[in-house]
Amino acid sequence: MKKHYSVQLADVRELVLRMGGLAEQMTRRVIEALVQRDAGILAEVRAMESQVNQLHVEIDEACLELIALRQPAAADLRFITAAMKIIVDMERIGDQAINIVERGESLLAVPPLKPLIDIPRMADIAQEMLKASLDAYVNGDDELAYRTILKDDEVDQLKDQVFRELLTFMMSDPTTIPRAMDLILVSRHIERIADHATNICEDVIFMVKGKDVRHQGPLA
Amino acid sequence: MANVFEIHDLSGWFGENQVLKKIRMGIGKNSVTSVMGPSGCGKSTFIRCLNRMHDMTPGFRMSGEILLDGTNIHSEKIDPVYLRRRVGMVFQQPNPFPRMSVFENVAVGLKLNGKTLSRGDIAERVERSLVMAALWNEVKDHLRLPGTSLSGGQQQRLCIARALAVEPEVLLMDEPCSALDPMSTAKIEELIEDLSGKYTIVVVTHNMQQAARISDQVAFFLMGELIEMDKSGKIFTNPSDKRTEQYITGRFG
Repeated sequence: MKKHYSVQLADVRELVLRMGGLAEQMTRRVIEALVQRDAGILAEVRAMESQVNQLHVEIDEACLELIALRQPAAADLRFITAAMKIIVDMERIGDQAINIVERGESLLAVPPLKPLIDIPRMADIAQEMLKASLDAYVNGDDELAYRTILKDDEVDQLKDQVFRELLTFMMSDPTTIPRAMDLILVSRHIERIADHATNICEDVIFMVKGKDVRHQGPLA
Repeated sequence: MANVFEIHDLSGWFGENQVLKKIRMGIGKNSVTSVMGPSGCGKSTFIRCLNRMHDMTPGFRMSGEILLDGTNIHSEKIDPVYLRRRVGMVFQQPNPFPRMSVFENVAVGLKLNGKTLSRGDIAERVERSLVMAALWNEVKDHLRLPGTSLSGGQQQRLCIARALAVEPEVLLMDEPCSALDPMSTAKIEELIEDLSGKYTIVVVTHNMQQAARISDQVAFFLMGELIEMDKSGKIFTNPSDKRTEQYITGRFG
């Protein structure tokens, strides 16, 4: 029997949530791997990427078919186009997590440069942003989306802090450069994850309010 | 999915005018198949062949075979009345019987088909048919009113209930919504989706958005030919034939 339109929309929501959950889990686990210096976790995160990619394709197809067959309008149209945009960001988050896995593999092969403090803190905020962006999407909560976008600055500041600290290591002892560079790149990938979460929030605001808040600098 | 209908090289003529050209098609069980195409493409003529509605049309002749569950519907073994009980039809204009009540309109099919049912059985079958046609809640307190006192959309659902009462396997619908307003159309479309798990439904429509919304598969007809038939998801996102693409993108038709 053909599924009702409302059921098909709910299916898309469910799939987007599942994909977001995976992206969130990848982000969390990869940082745990770095802190605990556990290569097993790195392998686990790598294995999750194919699921994320598969959902990306599956959701895209479902949305395309909904547009072709159901002629969605107004809120439904914004919901579907938001889903299509959000999953691009989620897929990129998965890619960033894999980039961190790669840095992790080289970091775990050598003794630690320093205990990780700011990087896990950055990752916590990025992951919190991602989770909030998903909650905002599911509940159509534009207020939460607005608040979450503002957190991106904290991540950016931490990234600068990480950079300054590692710079001093590199200047005082050039043998630390490969490890310091890896950590700088990790912080850069986390910062990108937060940017993608910000994009998701912007899409949620468009979905709920029909208002485009992208490329307008600090939120009015 | 097993096919209920297998159509082999079906051609049809009105006098000298050929309106169907060697149609080959299978219609899957318990699914919704839409037949779409511009005016005069042969889509109505086609579905009327499926329950031999052309038997009495002067000047109509056909060639080819239509198999219903493997049996040729023109074989001597098949009584057209029996065929139409298995393959019910709903028309473009709602056509409840004018002098009959809502109840009688649904019950009449049972009586005309020679079923000997008790009064209780008939009442139960009428209720079940009206429930399936998503009309029961609106008419349960007005079963004695004339069928024609209902709104257009309700009358169409009454006709669907009438068709369902004799428990057909296949329901043919010839432009079932073209005389209805958007709200009534939405109700009929929802009903078609609900019925699709239990019945094989073939809908003729020139409204391609409707075909997209309700169908599992879509057949596109043009000038008497079947141009393409495929899953609706395929037809409306990436059709194989250029003419289908042109039709659904509004380039002609």
